[in-house]
Amino acid sequence: MQAKSTILSLPTEELVHPGTRACTGCGLSIAYRVGLKALGRDTILVVPPSCLTVLQGLFPVASTKLPCLNVTFASTAAAAAGILATLKAQGNEHTTVAGWAGDGGTSDIGLQALSGAAERGDNFIYFCYDNEGYMNTGVQRSGTTPIGAITANTPFKGKLQQKKDVPAIMAAHHLSYVAACSAAYPLDLYDKIKNCLALPGTKYFHIHIPCPPGWGYDPRYGIKIGRLAVETGYYDLYEIVNGEFKLTAASEKLIEKRKLVPVREYFRAQSRFRTLTEAQIGDIQKTIDEKWAGYYKKDE
Amino acid sequence: MHIIENGNAAAALGVKLCRASVIAAYPITPQTPLTEKLSEYVESGEMKAEYIPVESEHSALAVCIAASSAGARTFTATSANGLLYMHEQVQWASGARLPMVMCVVNRAVGAPWNVWNDQQDSISQRDTGWIQIYCADHQQIIDTVIKAYWLAEQVSIPVMVCYDGYILSHTFMPFDLPDQEQVDSFLPPFQPDYFLNPQDPANLNTVTLPDVRMDVRGELAHGYMEIRCLLQEDLRKALQTAAEAEKRFAGIFNRGADPYIEPYRCDDAEHVAVGLGSITYQMRVCVDQLRTEGIKIGVMGVRYYRPFPDEAIAAALKGKKGVIVVEKALSYGYEGALMSDLKSALYEHLAGTGSLPVVQNFIAGIGGREIRTDDLTQTLRAAAKGRVSKEPVWIGLRL
Ligand SMILES: Cc1ncc(C[n+]2csc(CCOP(=O)(O)OP(=O)(O)O)c2C)c(N)n1
Ligand code: SF4
Repeated sequence: MQAKSTILSLPTEELVHPGTRACTGCGLSIAYRVGLKALGRDTILVVPPSCLTVLQGLFPVASTKLPCLNVTFASTAAAAAGILATLKAQGNEHTTVAGWAGDGGTSDIGLQALSGAAERGDNFIYFCYDNEGYMNTGVQRSGTTPIGAITANTPFKGKLQQKKDVPAIMAAHHLSYVAACSAAYPLDLYDKIKNCLALPGTKYFHIHIPCPPGWGYDPRYGIKIGRLAVETGYYDLYEIVNGEFKLTAASEKLIEKRKLVPVREYFRAQSRFRTLTEAQIGDIQKTIDEKWAGYYKKDE
Repeated sequence: MHIIENGNAAAALGVKLCRASVIAAYPITPQTPLTEKLSEYVESGEMKAEYIPVESEHSALAVCIAASSAGARTFTATSANGLLYMHEQVQWASGARLPMVMCVVNRAVGAPWNVWNDQQDSISQRDTGWIQIYCADHQQIIDTVIKAYWLAEQVSIPVMVCYDGYILSHTFMPFDLPDQEQVDSFLPPFQPDYFLNPQDPANLNTVTLPDVRMDVRGELAHGYMEIRCLLQEDLRKALQTAAEAEKRFAGIFNRGADPYIEPYRCDDAEHVAVGLGSITYQMRVCVDQLRTEGIKIGVMGVRYYRPFPDEAIAAALKGKKGVIVVEKALSYGYEGALMSDLKSALYEHLAGTGSLPVVQNFIAGIGGREIRTDDLTQTLRAAAKGRVSKEPVWIGLRL
């Protein structure tokens, strides 16, 4: 593994122009900006309809300085495969192909194409930025919306079902690399991208994306909330390299600390969880504690 | 070189001769032997291409769309529900102006399930902005694939090459296999104006506003409506380019005729039967029979369905007493789609001239119902006598 980056060691070249159309305080802006720095200039992007389509700007302007193909909602991974096949036919072995899709575009409508590409072992990086809902269409529930979250179509009771574990689904495809990251830990994201570039087949990244309008908080607290998700042990940063699971960055440190921030603090910082009762929060806390007891045990 | 092969093999050989470099496909009857053949060519090294065995037709066209955007000459093929499953991508491909070629091996659509031949699948994609060409025999299949690539790349519009499932796809017929050098001279390597390239980055198919908008250099860039209107204008102009393709092809291969329509015994005919695909050759047999009975009838195959060669069709039918449109599909709730298009062409070009023919519509072979030549002959015989019905009449129906 490589040395850990610092904010000073990141490339200074920006591949996303400042002043995009994303909302103020959007977590995706951070992840995308840092992610593209790690991918570098020699990259072709694929983007389905999502907040990222809007972030990129409206014709004829574009905020991204890399070539990008906008595709239909379900087809990100298949389109990446088409570009790869062409590069291969052209004898180009250096250009990286990367898909960037939202959680709806990944966990729901795009899952079939993603699974197909992963099973074929198409050599590209797939980024799912997970703002935990269909934000572009006005905050509806998706497969990765967590239990208890109020959305436009779970308006009173909040979502009743569990969040779909997409990284686990992708790990079940025997990928060379699966990572869970967060916009609140951009250096962890940067290092993981750099770590996986040379690995074969499909590489999958799941990035937790705080979203002020979708989650209901003042834009200035985005990083704080993203960090709370990790510090409470609710959302974990990890990588699975050739099947080997390992917590990384702040999550790895929690192992040493043996102490989690109560998850109530995470929930109470966002209005989308306003209908969660103390009893429900208690149940979720119990699940988190059990998960972490497993981590601690493995560490011993 | 003359060979004897089935229609799917004719299409596969055409794709190989055209040196497609990225192929993606998903199995569906009766398309499967075509794409299996291509996977054989690629795996054996006979063809230098990437073959992507995708997990759905939606992804098959996604691969082709992306590959074409990255500069590859692409191919896919499908039938029936596979084509319907692609529908979103079909629209995307033409909107993005990608010069790809897709074979549609015509088959009935569900429900209920039916794997036999009719043309409801491709007819249902009529309004997607693709060029649509129908083939009547194996020679036309292989030749049309080759012409289709040239045409698509000239006008930056995708082409659907349609041929009847089983009747053409699974039957063996002799045809001339063009030679590679001749095809290479007809079809130069694909050189797109722009392709996805990190050295020259561009963002393709971004959100485009209803109105025109200033770009960074202060020039007005198209709005969505301008882009869509250009697709329509270029499709209409593609009729000219299709004629050019035909001429170029004839110059090299010494065959080819009218690109848009295929008339048979029409010159002195009072009645003309019209159709798409293999049924038009079957109707030649009927016409030969009816001619011996003294009925002055001919048959006209429509090869280009989109863009619609309205002028050529109206000119060919001018002064005829009757036109009998026999179709293997319909626009449910009204009549056959070809029927409506043909009537509108006649109205546009012949209204007020006093030479508007009576037009009748027959529906045949739906879901593979056998079209007996005797029945077809009897239908044409009756129709030539006078109008049978105002509504479309189903041939061989037992209701
Ligand atoms: C086939 C299809 N269905 C629905 C839509 C409408 N649509 C556009 S963006 C979007 C939401 C995207 O959600 P997600 O993938 O989670 O990304 P986010 O907007 O949250 O960034 C939807 C439903 C579409 N464009 N295409
Ligand atoms: S809705 Fe959320 S994810 Fe989308 S641009 Fe705004 S802050 Fe970003």
